[in-house]
Amino acid sequence: MQSLEALTRDARALAQGEAVPATGPEAEVARQLQICNACRYCEGFCAVFPAMTRRLEFPKADVHFLANLCHNCGACLHACQYAPPHDFAINVPKAMAQVRGQTYADYAWPPALGRLYQRNGLVLSVALALGLALFLLLAAALQGSLWAGAPRGDFYRVFPHQLLVGIFLPVFAFVVFALGMGVRRFWRDIKPVTGGVDVAAPAAAEATHNVLRLKYLDGGHGEGCPNEDDAYTLSRRRFHHLSFYGFLLCFAATSVGTLYHYLFGWVAPYDLPSLPKLLGGAGGAMLVLGTAGLWRLNRRRDPAHGDRAQKPMDLGFIALLFLTALTGLLLWWGRGTPAMTVLLCAHLGAVMALFATLPYGKFAHGVFRTAALLRFAVEKRLPNPVGLGAD
Amino acid sequence: MPGARFPAKRHQPRVRPSPAEGRWRLSREAGLEPDVLVIGGGNAALCAALMAREAGASVLLLEAAPRAWRGGNSAHTRNLRCMHDAPQDVLVDAYPEEEFWQDLLKVTGGITNEHLARLTIRASSTCRDWMRRHGVHFQPPLSGALHVARTNAFFMGGGKALVNAYYRSAERLGVAVRYEAPVERLELEDGRFVAAHLRGGERIAARACVLAAGGFESNHDWLREAWGQNGRGEWPADNFLIRGTAFNQGVLLRHMLDDHRADRVGDPTQAHMVAIDARAPLYDGGICTRIDCVSLGVVVNREAHRFYDEGEDFWPKRYAIWGRLVAQQPGQIAYSIIDSQAIGRFMPPVFPGAKADSLPELARRLGLDETTFMQTLSQYNAACRVGHFDHAALDDCHTEGVSPAKTHWARPIDTAPFYGYALRPGVTFTYLGLKTDDTAAVRFHDRASENLFVAGEMMAGNVLGKGYTAGVGMSIGTAFGRIAGTNAAAAAMKKGARHAVA
Repeated sequence: MQSLEALTRDARALAQGEAVPATGPEAEVARQLQICNACRYCEGFCAVFPAMTRRLEFPKADVHFLANLCHNCGACLHACQYAPPHDFAINVPKAMAQVRGQTYADYAWPPALGRLYQRNGLVLSVALALGLALFLLLAAALQGSLWAGAPRGDFYRVFPHQLLVGIFLPVFAFVVFALGMGVRRFWRDIKPVTGGVDVAAPAAAEATHNVLRLKYLDGGHGEGCPNEDDAYTLSRRRFHHLSFYGFLLCFAATSVGTLYHYLFGWVAPYDLPSLPKLLGGAGGAMLVLGTAGLWRLNRRRDPAHGDRAQKPMDLGFIALLFLTALTGLLLWWGRGTPAMTVLLCAHLGAVMALFATLPYGKFAHGVFRTAALLRFAVEKRLPNPVGLGAD
Repeated sequence: MPGARFPAKRHQPRVRPSPAEGRWRLSREAGLEPDVLVIGGGNAALCAALMAREAGASVLLLEAAPRAWRGGNSAHTRNLRCMHDAPQDVLVDAYPEEEFWQDLLKVTGGITNEHLARLTIRASSTCRDWMRRHGVHFQPPLSGALHVARTNAFFMGGGKALVNAYYRSAERLGVAVRYEAPVERLELEDGRFVAAHLRGGERIAARACVLAAGGFESNHDWLREAWGQNGRGEWPADNFLIRGTAFNQGVLLRHMLDDHRADRVGDPTQAHMVAIDARAPLYDGGICTRIDCVSLGVVVNREAHRFYDEGEDFWPKRYAIWGRLVAQQPGQIAYSIIDSQAIGRFMPPVFPGAKADSLPELARRLGLDETTFMQTLSQYNAACRVGHFDHAALDDCHTEGVSPAKTHWARPIDTAPFYGYALRPGVTFTYLGLKTDDTAAVRFHDRASENLFVAGEMMAGNVLGKGYTAGVGMSIGTAFGRIAGTNAAAAAMKKGARHAVA
């Protein structure tokens, strides 16, 4: 948390069109990048270092941009001749992660909820999912037996469609709005320090490619990034792909279901080989595998990577995705059994907890990093303001 | 009878063991008594260990440093100077053998061994596929280093990434590695290696040995003794900084030269020395402490006098002489002075320079005599004949009527703010070493040892009598490391080799 005095000073500097100096974790990034910029051995790994070489100084907005460009792959740490125990104590992934955590909180909308990032841990996430599931179970119990099932596995008999829409639509709308507001402010701050020009099609295409392929987890040589030691592995990239595309497929399943419902009057549940079922089944399975893999990688990760204080947030998000996918698959499997109501409550509880924590948890990394990658793709197309004589 | 541990079948022709089988069997054996003992843990040592292992020998590598500091100076390197006759992946155009040789001849002033130099040069053209197989990645030159796009292949992530890759590969192949295992002395018998003795008394016997334990640059007492006292009564080496590892104490080098009378090569005061930021740490400052603005301004000594042509040639061709130039100045210190016209034209220094709005103020900040400093700067400024400034070419901006002249990029230093950086000699590695031949054998009274080999800084002086050109240290280390490893494996597995081990 910055002091009021520091905020006032920043505001004054901003108003006068000056660069806001870095403080705290940002100052640490600036200190480290001053050393990195005189070395540059890591330029081949990712986008952060090429972006760094376009700068001679690292004020606050630049640090925020670079911190969100960093994918915390860890390659530069293991390659660093100045990493601890060297006195220079360079650990770029860690310094960047600390700033990143701070930017999520600083740019949160509404600002007062920014501190939720610090609390959004594993225990809270799982407890929230369980609490919501219990609450739903109680609500269902008021209507009838919890161990009866329903004909055709029709879960709208337990919770009417309207009720579900009434709960999830506003939550979803809030998530989109809150994250949109946050990233808009972030964009406004980093745009001037990344060339100031708008995104053109080639830059957008490149950034999209980098996001969808997770380009910067490939280590620059295609063999991937370090996890538990200095060996390169593609497993992090692959499990992230499984999680991300699994999530997208689940989302697509829900969207297709919504279209079926409103356009054609085809009411859930759907059966194989319907599109929502295919998408949801595949997506759910991918998400379960992906998040299980990411969990394992996260637990085995070299403790020097990243900011340990953010591990609970990472694991909380992974756990909620996993629970959402797992309960979804279980619900499919147990739809025709008396366990249907319990499974439905568990699934809805997990989904609700996931969405409720979405704007103030790890999910934000995707939004902010995409923004940073877009600005990087724009900036790299502009002439380098630092012209080294040797080049 | 350590030799008795090895059954006779070990001397049958070998096939390369599978990694899984090799790891278990050979690390265990190597820990007890290896075919090949490699002393050192940097690039040359690792190349030797990998080659010996690939040839089928069991290998034990002893690194003096703890794991976190492993790799010696190799962890600070960034590229390999490579001969190539046509564009090759990350290398553009061509860098033929003859041109490489001429470059080497120029920087060494002829103090080199042409046969070994050409061997190094040719090896550099073919070693990179092997390096890749062991996990090294290459990349196009770093920004600020495009001038070597033709001659030098950069390691992605730098030398520490290369060292990490080699250690991973070595462990995978079953090379046994021990850290914090400094060797104090060797047991030789008539020029044959018998065993190594670790600090603490442990004795490790092996059938062959590769010495790749670095130069003596980290040993201040030895540097002091080598450089002696100058005419001003100073001990210049007292003011030297070491750019690399603190672990190259030269223990084995001294032991080999003094106790075993191994044939020597090189002058103990010759070293790869560059001018670095005076505030750099005593050890391991590495690349980032370089000050690259010399050719954009002037350099004065403690007396505020200029002492050498700052614009003699492109900085990458001259950076390696400035360490020595500074070492010859009073107090072994100098000051690189630039004005704001130079900002953004050189690699950003790791520490901010002294900054002032006027030249007299800068002199005061640097602790230089203001009057002399102003005289020097005024004379220089007045002598500048500015034509068309172009830092990417040997341009026509030069001085007239001032000594020493500045022959290129001479522009008056007149645009505030002004910056000054204090410089000290930064030693990268020393050239005094063991004389060797194209088999990498250690030699005694001009006779090659059958089973003792040398690679890396301990023999770089055979090729580099003085001077330096970027990336050639790694070319020498890789070439001779690989030769030493191959020959050590052959020596170890030769029929009858085990008798000498006992």
